[in-house]
Amino acid sequence: MSHPVLGRDALHTVHLTLNGRERRGQAQPRLLLSDFLRHELGATGTHVGCEHGVCGACTVRIDGVAARACLTLAVQVDGRRVDTVEAPQGEHPLLDALRAAFKRHHALQCGFCTAGILMSSADWLQRQQAAGQRPDEGEVRDMLSGHLCRCTGYTPIVNAVMEVACA
Amino acid sequence: MKPAMFDYVRADSAEQAASLLQRHGEGARILAGGQSLMAVLNMRLAQPALLIDISRSTELAAIVVKPDSVRVGAAVTQAQLQAHPEVPPLLALAFPFISHFQIRNRGTVCGSIAHADPSAELPLCLVALKGTVHLRSARGARQVPAHDFFTGLLSTARRADELIEAVSFPRPVPGESFGFAEHSRRHGDFALCAVAAVISAHGLRVAVGGLGDRPHACELPSLSGAALDEELNELAWSLDVRDDPHTSAATRRHLLRHLARQAIQQARRQT
Repeated sequence: MSHPVLGRDALHTVHLTLNGRERRGQAQPRLLLSDFLRHELGATGTHVGCEHGVCGACTVRIDGVAARACLTLAVQVDGRRVDTVEAPQGEHPLLDALRAAFKRHHALQCGFCTAGILMSSADWLQRQQAAGQRPDEGEVRDMLSGHLCRCTGYTPIVNAVMEVACA
Repeated sequence: MKPAMFDYVRADSAEQAASLLQRHGEGARILAGGQSLMAVLNMRLAQPALLIDISRSTELAAIVVKPDSVRVGAAVTQAQLQAHPEVPPLLALAFPFISHFQIRNRGTVCGSIAHADPSAELPLCLVALKGTVHLRSARGARQVPAHDFFTGLLSTARRADELIEAVSFPRPVPGESFGFAEHSRRHGDFALCAVAAVISAHGLRVAVGGLGDRPHACELPSLSGAALDEELNELAWSLDVRDDPHTSAATRRHLLRHLARQAIQQARRQT
């Protein structure tokens, strides 16, 4: 069965599960997921930085997998699960632990990069745990290399992720 | 930065995508992982009329292990191949250098080949291993060897109505060993220079990325010593390298001589 062509001028309905809740919104094909989340669904926890995949601020989880929302179209997540930093407490134990550790270690200052870092770290740590691996600091720094933070110098972020990784 | 307007359609199979490409011609682009194409669209370096999204095709998401090759479908992500038990050993060495894990989660193997950035690792590995690109159009299918596929800066032998439906990497044969070395300004950036080395019963094969407009591979007669230094120097000067905003041609040639030795030593340690 072939799919319909979605016209460039028209608005198309996108259904998704956002942080465990069924949501829907309207999008032209060119609308980025980052803008769809913020402007159409009002989920402004996901931040927009460079808009070409380098800074990592807009990282969300699509069907559990960390990905750049600025390099994804809203129409591509139709029918899929999207998780953002706004995921409610109690839904993702790892994310809860990361949020608490970031607070304890002062792992954020302005907070612009934090949402993306939390989503990446949650996906990455979940995979490490599933594989029964305990990451070392070098591996954590490698994972964080996909994110730019201009406040912290990364040290408290590394410490927070390491604390959860070694818990 | 927002992309210009385009129409969007999903395709579930190579056949569907090929028939859409035939109908819409040069204005259509294949969207797989989007990790190169979406950035290009956001910066409006390209303004296609139609995006054909193959990212949810299960047919194109297969990794098929054959006796002599691993065939990677167009929708297979770099992360999926990296985690696969039959990941070609040279690729296992190269994957950690490819951008970041968040990008490899969505970026596809075939997409990187199609984009043909001269600094990218996957085109380099495909050329080093003498892999094959499988192209499909409504007119039929054809296979192009890696060294004929890359024709210049971001340019390939793919015709406007063709899609890459898969790429094949030969499986290692006993006695073959591999090395990979790269230098970039920051981890995950495009390589200023990357080198793959393959040592087999036939001798030493070296492939270079980041120097010139496409990956370049050649066989070298010596494995070590002053003779190898001389050959690497000749190789460095044989490539069309220019100064550019990222670094000077002299630095790139220096990196080639240095990284090639590293990659060759890594391969030799396994033999």
